[in-house]
Amino acid sequence: MKLKDIAKEEFYRASYGCAGCAAVLMVRLTIKALGKNSVYVVPANCISTVSCYYPQAPFFVPFTVMAFAATAAALSGISAGFRRRGREDIHVVGLSGDGGTADIGIQALSGAIDCGNKFIYICYDNEAYMNTGIQRSGLTPYGAATSTTPSPCFENRPKKDMMRIVAAHDIPYAATACTSYPLDYMEKVVKASQVNGPTYIHILAPCPTGWGFPPDETIEIGRMAVESGMWHLTEFENGEFRTTYTPKRQRPVSEYLATQTRFRHLSPEQIAAIQKEIDAARD
Amino acid sequence: MATEMSVRKYITANEAVAQAARLARVDVVAAYPITPQTSIVEKIAKYIADGEMDADYIKVESEHSALTACMGVRMAGARAFTSTSSQGLEYMHEMLAYAAGGRYPLVLVNVCRSVALPWSIWGDQQDAIQQRDTGWIQIFTETGQEALDMVLQAYRIAEDHRVLLPVMICLDSFIQSHTEELVQVPDQKTVDSFLPRYDPVVTLDVDNPYSISVGGFGKHYARWREEQQTAAEKAGEIILEVGDEFARIFGRHYGGLIEEYRCDGAEAVLVAMGAFTGTAREVVDEMRDEGKNVGLVKVRAFRPFPVEPLRKVISPVKAAAVLDRDCSWGYEGALATDMKAALYGLPNPPAILNFIGGLGGADVPPERMKYMLEKALAADRGTTPHLEFIDR
Ligand SMILES: Cc1ncc(C[n+]2csc(CCOP(=O)(O)OP(=O)(O)O)c2C)c(N)n1
Ligand code: SF4
Ligand SMILES: [Mg+2]
Repeated sequence: MKLKDIAKEEFYRASYGCAGCAAVLMVRLTIKALGKNSVYVVPANCISTVSCYYPQAPFFVPFTVMAFAATAAALSGISAGFRRRGREDIHVVGLSGDGGTADIGIQALSGAIDCGNKFIYICYDNEAYMNTGIQRSGLTPYGAATSTTPSPCFENRPKKDMMRIVAAHDIPYAATACTSYPLDYMEKVVKASQVNGPTYIHILAPCPTGWGFPPDETIEIGRMAVESGMWHLTEFENGEFRTTYTPKRQRPVSEYLATQTRFRHLSPEQIAAIQKEIDAARD
Repeated sequence: MATEMSVRKYITANEAVAQAARLARVDVVAAYPITPQTSIVEKIAKYIADGEMDADYIKVESEHSALTACMGVRMAGARAFTSTSSQGLEYMHEMLAYAAGGRYPLVLVNVCRSVALPWSIWGDQQDAIQQRDTGWIQIFTETGQEALDMVLQAYRIAEDHRVLLPVMICLDSFIQSHTEELVQVPDQKTVDSFLPRYDPVVTLDVDNPYSISVGGFGKHYARWREEQQTAAEKAGEIILEVGDEFARIFGRHYGGLIEEYRCDGAEAVLVAMGAFTGTAREVVDEMRDEGKNVGLVKVRAFRPFPVEPLRKVISPVKAAAVLDRDCSWGYEGALATDMKAALYGLPNPPAILNFIGGLGGADVPPERMKYMLEKALAADRGTTPHLEFIDR
C-alpha cells in the first residue's frame, strides 16, 4: 500500500474526540482501509462516547453502540446473520478499547474467536479506561500513574500480552500496530479482511489527555514507543509471530517516559529496571 | 387443511419449543446450556446436525454473549433464537435491557427456575420476575402445546412493526420442561402461512448506512423511552390480534392476555401464572361441584400487564387469592403488587390475599389451592392485605 492509494474520502468526521486523539485517527484509517462495505460495533469507550449521541453521526458507514463486554459476541452474531443472508462480503468490525478487550470483554473475545465466525476485532490501546477518567486497565504498562493507581503507588503489574492470548486460540490472523505507522496498520487491516475467520488487530493509540503530552505530539509519541521498544509492530500468522517493522534507530526508554506526565514520578532506578526488561525482551 | 401433515406426539415442552424454533425458520441459534433448559438447545443442535433444520448454531461461551449474538443476527437482518433459565437469565440481565431499549425483536424461551442463593435447580418464577422491568414482553404458558404455539406467535408479536420489542416465553421447569404430553406439532406450510419471513425495519445496511442503537441526551432519551412504553402497551392489542389469527389457522386459542376459567358468578378467584394453573382448574371444578362459587384467572401476559381485563374479571368478586412463585423481598409477590395496582381507584375493591408458594420446586398440591380459595371465600371486600408463605 502507498500513501497515494489511501482513499481521500472521509468516512468518520466531526467527532467530539480530544485534539490529537489517536483513537479517532485509528477509526479514520480503519474505514479508509476497508471502504464502504464495512459495518462497525463500538462498545462503551472513548470512540462511542465521542461519536454516538443522537443526532450526531460521525460514522458514514453502518454503526452500532454495544455493551462494554459484548463487542466480540455482537461481531459473531452479525457475521452469522450476514452469512445467512449471503452477505459474507461485508466486513464486520469491532472497535474496542484496551479495557473492553483485555478486561471486561476478554471472555466474549475468547468465545468468539473459538466460534470461528469471520470478523475483524480491533483493540485500540490507549493503556487505560480513558472514557471514565483514566483508570488503570490490564493493558496499563508498569510504572504508569492513573486515577486508580495514582503516584507514588503507580501501576505495579506488567501489561497483559494480548497477542499471546489470542495466538493461544490458534486465531488465523493477528497483528499489532501503532497509529504513527498508518500504512503498516492499514495493510494489516486489509489483510485481516481477506481472512475467512476471526482476526485481531491491536493498535497502540497514544492519548494526550490520559498520558499527559501536548496534542501535537501524538504521532511522535507513537514513534518513540516503537523506537524505544515499549511497543512492537508484529504479525501472527500460520502459528508464527514475526516483526513487520524494525526501527532504524533505537532510543533509550527514558526519552519516551520523559515525554508523558503519567511516568514523571519514576526514579532513575525504576527507569533503569524498565530499560532492562526491554533489553532482555530484545535478546 | 390446517392440520395436514401436522403430527400429534408425546413430547416435553422443551422439545415442543425446539420444534417451534425449527418451524419458525430461525436463521441462527445462539444459546448456552443450563438445567432445565438444556434439552431445548440439544434438540435444536440435533435437528441442525440431522439436516432437519436449516440454521447456524453459534456455540457461545455465556448467556451474555448468547443474547448479544442474537442481537447481532437481528442487526444483519436475520431471525435468531435463544433460550435460558435462572442463573443464565440473570447473567443476561445487562443485555436484556439493551435489547428491549434498542427495540430488537427477539424471542427468548425461559424455563423458569429458582435463583441462587440458596442454590436450587428446581422450579419457581423468581428468575423471570426479576427481569420484569427490562422491557421484555413476558408471556407465561401452562402446557407444552401452549409453549410451542406461543413461540410461533412470539415472532409475529416481536417483529410487528407496531411493537418491535423482544418477547420472553416462559415455561415452568420440570412440570413442563421435562414432562411429556400430547402436543400437536404443526406442519411447515401452515406455519409459513402464519409466520412470514422477517421484514426488518432497520439493519446494518452498507448501501443505506444508519447508526443503529445510539446514545441520547435528556429529551431524546426520554422520548425514545416514551415510545418504548407506547409500544409495550400496544403489544397488548397485538397479542390479541395474533392470538385470534393463530386460532383461525390452527384452531387453538388461549384466551388473550388472561384466561378466565369458570369466573362467572364467582365470589372468589385464584390468580396464578404458568403450569400450576393446570392443577388449579381441577380444584375449581371440584369446589364448584361442592357448590362453592370459585374461579381461576390465569395471567398469561405479565408484561404488558393486563390491567383492564383483570379489573373487569376481579371487580365483581369478594376476594382474589394470588399465588406468586416469586417474591419481591421486603414487600410481597410481584403478581400481587401488580394486581392491587390494577384495582386502584375501584370503590370498595376486592381483597387481595397473597400466597407465596412453589418456591425451589415445591409442589402446590390441590389441597393447598383449596385452602387458598377457602380463605378467599371467607374474606370480605376491603380486607387488609394478607401475605402467607404456603410451602411447609
Ligand atoms: C458493564 C460496564 N461496566 C462499566 C462501564 C463503564 N465504562 C464505560 S467505558 C469504560 C472504560 C473504557 O475503557 P477502554 O475500553 O480502555 O476504552 P477507552 O475509554 O480508553 O477508549 C468503563 C469502565 C460500562 N459502560 N459497562
Ligand atoms: S481521552 Fe484520549 S482516547 Fe479519549 S478522546 Fe481524548 S485523546 Fe482520545
Ligand atoms: Mg482505553
